[in-house]
This record gives sequence, structure tokens and C-alpha cells, in this order.
Amino acid sequence: MKNRFGKLALTTAIAASMLPALAAARPVTLTTTLKNYGGGGAYLVLYVTDAKGVYQGTLWMAGTHGKFYRYLKQWFRATRGNLAEVNGITGASVGSGRSFSIKLDLSDALFDAGYKLHIDAAAENFRESPSDVVVPLTKAGAGKPVRGRAFVKSFTYSM
Amino acid sequence: MLRQLHKYPGIIAAALVVFLALSGVILSVLPAIQRAGVPPVPAGGVDVATLAGKVAANFPGLEHISRTPSGKIVAFYYKNDQPMAALVDPATGKEVAPYDRSSFEQWMKSLHRSLFLGDKGRITAAIGAAAMLILALSGLQMTARRMGGWRKLLSRSRGTRMQRLHVDLARFAVLGLTLSSVTGIYITLATFGVISDGMASPPIFPTSVDGGPTMPVDHVEALRKIDISQLRELIFPYPGDPTDVYTLATATGDGYIDQATGKMLSWQEHGFSQRLYETIYMLHTGKGLWWLGLLLGLASLTVPMMAWTGIVMWWKARKARPRIKANHGAQVADTVILVGSEGGSTWGFARTLHDALTKAGHKVHTAPMNSLKPGYRKARNMFILAATYGNGEAPRSGRNFLTRLEAFNGKPDFKVAVLGFGDRQFPQFCQFARDVDATLAERGWDRLVEVDFIDRQSTQEFNRWGRNVARALDEDIVLEHVPVIPRTHVLTLISRNDYGAEVQAPTSILRFAIPRASLLARITGRAMPKFEAGDLVGIIPPGSNVPRYYSLASSAKDGMLEICVKKHPGGHCSGYLHELKPGDTIQAFVRPNPDFRPARGKAPVILIGAGTGIGPLAGFIRGNSKARPMHLYFGGRDPKSDFLYRTELEKWLEEKRLARLNTAFSRVAERSYVQDRIRQDAEALRELIANGAQILVCGGRDMANGVMEAFEQVLAPTGMEPATLKAQGRYAEDVY
Repeated sequence: MKNRFGKLALTTAIAASMLPALAAARPVTLTTTLKNYGGGGAYLVLYVTDAKGVYQGTLWMAGTHGKFYRYLKQWFRATRGNLAEVNGITGASVGSGRSFSIKLDLSDALFDAGYKLHIDAAAENFRESPSDVVVPLTKAGAGKPVRGRAFVKSFTYSM
Repeated sequence: MLRQLHKYPGIIAAALVVFLALSGVILSVLPAIQRAGVPPVPAGGVDVATLAGKVAANFPGLEHISRTPSGKIVAFYYKNDQPMAALVDPATGKEVAPYDRSSFEQWMKSLHRSLFLGDKGRITAAIGAAAMLILALSGLQMTARRMGGWRKLLSRSRGTRMQRLHVDLARFAVLGLTLSSVTGIYITLATFGVISDGMASPPIFPTSVDGGPTMPVDHVEALRKIDISQLRELIFPYPGDPTDVYTLATATGDGYIDQATGKMLSWQEHGFSQRLYETIYMLHTGKGLWWLGLLLGLASLTVPMMAWTGIVMWWKARKARPRIKANHGAQVADTVILVGSEGGSTWGFARTLHDALTKAGHKVHTAPMNSLKPGYRKARNMFILAATYGNGEAPRSGRNFLTRLEAFNGKPDFKVAVLGFGDRQFPQFCQFARDVDATLAERGWDRLVEVDFIDRQSTQEFNRWGRNVARALDEDIVLEHVPVIPRTHVLTLISRNDYGAEVQAPTSILRFAIPRASLLARITGRAMPKFEAGDLVGIIPPGSNVPRYYSLASSAKDGMLEICVKKHPGGHCSGYLHELKPGDTIQAFVRPNPDFRPARGKAPVILIGAGTGIGPLAGFIRGNSKARPMHLYFGGRDPKSDFLYRTELEKWLEEKRLARLNTAFSRVAERSYVQDRIRQDAEALRELIANGAQILVCGGRDMANGVMEAFEQVLAPTGMEPATLKAQGRYAEDVY
């Protein structure tokens, strides 16, 4: 289990509510399954924007070589590729047809408040797919799989 | 050092290097294959704005257009929310075929660079590439050394078939393999960010955009100036996001274009590091340079063969050299023993000396003469045990000694003793040892004892020399040499043909059965090794521990082992062999003699032999199934009595295995010798030699010298000498 602090916790209005010690937080499992697109490992980044689409913070980066982050276009645009955004929340890239899960403590305040979870995806020699997945964070939406545009076969968050 | 540098990565990384090479070979042909089916660009070119306009018209939901290194234009688009890709015609912007990215290529590429093991795999592959590089460079230097200098790097390779194959393949492939490994390492370092590939910082994303309605892409001015050949990728703005832009990548730079105004908002030329990286990537993959890809693939194709021959050679050399116990490093030993040996018997003496000195408390380093170091830090004494090969030449493991001596640092602090091994029957008895001793004296090296010589592996003489050494060292050293005989095999006589009794030259052609070896014996190397005509068989007569060598008149392929033996008055071994009856057995072993056999190719071969010297030559003719022109000069005493192989030679003439047969007999009315025949045929022989003919001479020392003189006369008008041919490997002698 990973605790999320970092920028998301410190800079936004929901900061306090994201700290488990201060507000109700719950473990949330994020599961992403990729399509069988037939290429090498895909880079994925999971991040949160507010209702207006303004970047709030990153939840997870799948892919370890920073020089490829530019191909995660919207995320890179929002963060200007700042590696500090993903410090400590980085894992391996995800192979074609494979799935990966992460478990995070997320604040209750993130749900049913207009926040959206985005996944930008890219793989070598394939398309770049910014906002491959965009899904509003709601308690009702938990456990319901969502389909992505180019890479993501299904994405589910469950509490 | 160089040898170690070649040997260890070779053995340890062989499997990895072979794997990388083979997967690389498969990938190398793809750029050439992908050239096929690229729709042509209309004459006069197309600008990117026009192209993008046409493609956008045909593909609603267009997301990006890219141009592959092979020149294919591919449209990536969404249809009913499904990602699709199509190969498009640059003239019309219409779909030519659905674009199916080769998943085989992806799979192969991933295997090649990371073995499906992610970053750990990438590091492993890079280590493989580094091993390849070390092998290529150390091998190149070893080859130069072997050939006698960088200028002779491309001269004819010598040695056993394995050695020649290894060197020939290596010389063909070394440039390609060096390029592949250096570029592979570079790409891995760039992937890990150790070296910059210039791609980490794209152009600054514009802080503000016009925000107005999207302009049709064919009106975008910034794209009008760019020719299709320059395009890498054009990414369309995210649908419904007025703040997004066109992202353009060309061969020279990257930039962002306002979707409302069509103006370039920011542009960044590729920096030096990116251009360098892209060039290196192209050189490694052949993408965009398909013919180089094929050449690199061809070079990589040699790697499995080189790994195999390299490992076999290493294993054979390891087995051939006697195991020396307690062998210390060159720089820690107080005593150094250097061995110059052709077949291996001198190593046995070296081991006896090594063991005796070790027993007396010395740290001893024993190595071939060819691995003379530029200095020995702790050495107090050096012993050089040198055999002589052929007519006073250096034996195989001492061939490079005198060249390496040039690189020796000054006059050493230690003393040296040279011991020659040879046969007093030869006029150039121990000549190589004498040469070495004289050269060392010239360079001012101090002697421990005077140069000494051992005749025909005499253990008594060796032990006596040991006493001299013990006195000079003032130490209690006793040499008791017990000759080590290679593993022998039992051969059964099948048949014998007797000649020459009437002319006082009783000569027999003896044929032995090759013992059958079990699979286990073959795998463990205990079986009788394969042999070629011209190799030697060592035969140990009962009651003796010194082998006698005879040239082989057959190859293993012939299914039997044949030798031609003349009975010498009082000859222990020849007498023994002449007493054999079919069914009797002998103890024997095989020794390779790679320098005496027809060179590869189709060039003519001139074979000259007298008496039993015809043996190996007959073997060469018997094996000449490709009817390459072979000319035989045979000398005997009387055609009625000692015309060896007469019936076979007549048959071989009919079968074209033998092109021409010349004979000379010395006990008939018109007596003549082979030398005379050579002089008579001078013109024809000059022509053969001008056509690249190789000369192989086998027989007694006097006859060989006579033949050499005859050829000096034959060649005089051409300005060539037998010695030059000898240096080129085109004149070889097997003399007894």
C-alpha cells in the first residue's frame, strides 16, 4: 500500500483532505488492463485534474526512463516534465495485453467533487494517446470498468 | 594479455553474443524488405500542408501522420472510437492498405535489445555488445600479430582449417561487428540517460495560443514550406481542445503550430547530440540505410561460426598442452620457462623442468615462447626450450618470439639459458635455438649456462643439462624426464604392398583400419582425431618410448590410415613395421601438420616426391575429387621394382584427379632424377606458377635441396625465388 502525499497534497484546496491523518481516506485499487496492441511496453501516467481540466497531481507513472515522458503529452504539458512530480511513484512500463494494479490511499474529498482521473499513454513506434482514459471520480462509478481510446482495454477503480 | 582478453569474453559471453548476432541478423533484413510496397511520391514533391489536407479529407478522426524511415506515409486515426492505421498514397491521400505494424518486428526487437527482461535485459545485451567489441578489437590485434604486422593483415591465413576459417571470417566481419557493437552500446547508454540523445527537452510548449477556430490543415502556412521527405510526424490537436496545437517533427527539428493561425509558435532545431544519436541509430538498425543493414547482418551471420571455431580451438589447445601444476603468473614468478614447440614433445621437457624447480622452492611461470612479455618483474632466471621446425625455422609456439623480443624493455636483470631440441641428422640441427641464443647475446642478455642441444629427445642429455643448470644455480635440482606420449590408439594392419626389394630399397605401403569409436569416446575426445593426408602419425615401436613419425598418405575420409615406409638398415621402427602381417596391431597417435597440404582454391598444385615421399602426395591426389590440376613428379630407382602407387596413379590419371605424371628413375639406362625433370619442364612450370600454383615437396633432405636448386634455376628468368614462394606459403616441404 502506498500513501499519496506530494504535490497533490500540498498545493491544492483538497490538500488537507488528502492527508490520511487529517481526513477520511480510503484505500483505492486502480486496475488498468492494456489492449493487445502488439508493441513494446507502454508508458502510462495516471493523474488528476479538476472539473476545468486543470492539473492537480500525479498518482502513478508506469515507465522509468524520464526521456520518454515527453510522449505523455498532456501530462508533460501540465507539469513541464518535472520529474519531481513522479518522484517515488514510478514503476515499470506495462506490456501489451498486460494489466497492472496499484493501491493508494485517496481522500474522500476527491470523489463526487468534479475531479477527473486521466491516463496518458504512449508506446515506442505507436501513437501517443493523451487522455486515453478520462473518468470522473465518483463513489457510484467505483468498480465500473471504463474503456480507453488507443491503449487501455479497461480501467477500474474500486474501493 | 591480449590472448586472455580474447579468450575469456569469448568463452563466457559466447552464447550471449551469438544470440545478439542472430537476432540482429533477422532484424537486419527488415529495412530492405520494408522498402517494398512504398507508394511513390509524385514528381516535384509534395509539401506537408497539401499532404495533410488530403489525408485529413480521407480520414475523419485523423490523429497523426507519420513517415517511416523506409518512406511510408501512415495515417493514424479513430473510427467509431477504434484506433486505426492506414498506409496512404502521398499523391492522393487515400488508403492504399491497412497499416499493420509487424508485431514480429516488435517482438524480435524487444528480444534483441532486452531479452524481454526490461532494463536488466538491456544491460545484459549491452554487456554482450561490449564483449563483442573486446573480441573484435583484441582479435584484430592478434591477427595482425600472427600475420607479422598490420600491413600484412590481409595476407593469406595459415594454420589448421579451423584457424583459417576463424581468421578469414573475422577479417570479413570485424568492421561490421565493431560498428554494430559500438552503436549498440551507445544506444543503450542513451536509453539510460548516461549519454544525451538530445530528446529529453522538447521545444517549450507555447504559454498562450490564439484560441480561435481551427484552420483547415492545408492552409497552415508553417507546413507549406516543408517537403514530405523531411516529415517525421505531424500530430493533430486533441479534438475539442482549443488550447492544443499541431506538434511537428521533421528531420531537422521539432515545433508547435497554432491551430487557429497556422503560425509556428515555437521551433527547436535538433541539437548536435540528437543528430549524432539519430545517425548512430541509423547505423545500428539500417533503418533508412537498408544496404548497410544487410551488410551488418551478413557480418553478424559469421558470429555463430566464429564462436564455435574459437571455442573448439581453445579447447584443443588446452588439451594439447600438458597441464602444468603450480604455474605462477608472469609477473610474480622468479623463474620463467618459455617453450617453442611444434608438436608438443618439448612441453613434456618443460614440465619436468618446471616441476623440479618448483620442488626446489621456486615460483615458476611456464608459457609458450610466443607469449614473451615486455618484462618480468620478479624473474631471476629464464629458460628457453626451443625445438626447430623444418629447415631451421621456428616451431609453431615460437614463431613470433623474435618479433616480440623487439618490444622487450631493455636488458633484463635475469639470466637466460637456451636449450635446443632437434635431430642431428638434419643439417640445420637446432638452428632456431642457435638463432635465439645469438639474438639474445647480441642484445646483451647474460647467460646462466651456455646454449645446449638435445638430440632426438634424449632423456640422458636432458638430465645432463639439468646437472649443469643445478651447478650454475648452486641448487639441488634433479631432472628426471619421463617422456609423455600422447594418448595412443590401436591400429590393425589391413594390407601391405611391397616394392623395391630388387633395388635394395624395400618399401611397403601399409594400410591400417581406423578403430571404431563409441559415441561416448567421440564426445569425450578419446576417439582417434580426424586427420588429413600430409598429417603425421607417431608410431611407438615396442620397447621404445620415443615415437617415430610418418607422413600420412590418406585422410580419415578415405576410411583407412595409410603410410609408406622404407626399411632402413638397422632402423628400429621401420624394421618393426616391415615385420607386420595383416591382423597385427600397432600403437599410434596422429599429429596435425597443417602447413603441408594443398591450399584451398582451384589453383594448380605441383607435387614433387621421391621414394616414400610420394605417400602424402598420393593422399592429396586421392582426395582431389574436384579434378583441380595436380602435377606429380615422382622419382624412384627402377620402374620395374619401386614405382610406388603405379596402378593407383594410372587410375587417378583416368579419373582426372591427377593431371600429369612425370617420373624419373635412377637405376635404368637413361638415369635421371626429379630435379632433371623439373629443369626440362621449366617453361610449363613457370606458367603454372604464374597461374598461382603451389609447390609441395616431400622426400629426403638431399632431394629437397636439389629440387629447391632446380626451382631457383627455373624461376630465375621471372625474378622470383623459391624463398618468396615459401614466405607466401606456396612452397612447402616435408623432409626427413
